[in-house]
Amino acid sequence: MQIRHKIAGGDFTRAGNVASAVKKILQQLNIDHKQSKRIVIALYEGEVNVVAHAYSGVVDVDIDSEKVRITISDKGPGIKDIEQAMEEGFSTATPQVREMGFGAGMGLSNMKRNSDFMEIRSVPGEGTLVELINYIRPDAS
Amino acid sequence: MSSQMTIRDIAGLVDGRVICCEDRLSTSVEYAFASDLMSDVLTVDKENILLITGLTNLQVIRTSEMSDINCVIVARDKKVNDDMVRLAEENNIILVESPHSVFHVSGELYKAGLKPIY
Repeated sequence: MQIRHKIAGGDFTRAGNVASAVKKILQQLNIDHKQSKRIVIALYEGEVNVVAHAYSGVVDVDIDSEKVRITISDKGPGIKDIEQAMEEGFSTATPQVREMGFGAGMGLSNMKRNSDFMEIRSVPGEGTLVELINYIRPDAS
Repeated sequence: MSSQMTIRDIAGLVDGRVICCEDRLSTSVEYAFASDLMSDVLTVDKENILLITGLTNLQVIRTSEMSDINCVIVARDKKVNDDMVRLAEENNIILVESPHSVFHVSGELYKAGLKPIY
């Protein structure tokens, strides 16, 4: 199953719409609850990052019997130093983002914690691509 | 002894006004977490949690949805907005406004037996 959603940069009223839609799909597919929660939290953090930093973004979700693969690609300023961006506490967020309850420099590390595989590629001045993979099995309960 | 409490009892302890999902007041919770930083809330990996916050924007509800938080107490006499209520109703999240500070609300609920997540 493949799903594609667009994200508008700067639009905080809609941040989380994609993660919300994906959460409902994972529930319908009866994906293990713990893993499903990790997936939607990682995706939500990624969505907030696009809204907070980029001009626009696209989320592709690809679900098969073994894994959920999510790619979040955006057009935006990119990340100059990915290693530094991964450090907890490092943030370039604006005061507006902080007022929303984010921008503490915890998003990327929380995405890593909630995914089985994460890769970030970025070209400063052009944009960023984040790939997340979570392995799934049907919910035993 | 179970330390679970119903939202009905919790709302009473904090002089809370229930804003939405009144039909779910018999839901019980075991843990509470107090934060205005949604990034911190998103790192909580417990179930059955109540959130105490002074932040009133849509991302409070979105964060609660993703974290499976089924009740939010909005402290410091802050008022929730219509968009928050709509999204909370959609996701069966009970919203309670309390005139007390986050510290006061936390203290009452801790005293009554709600557990901290760490």
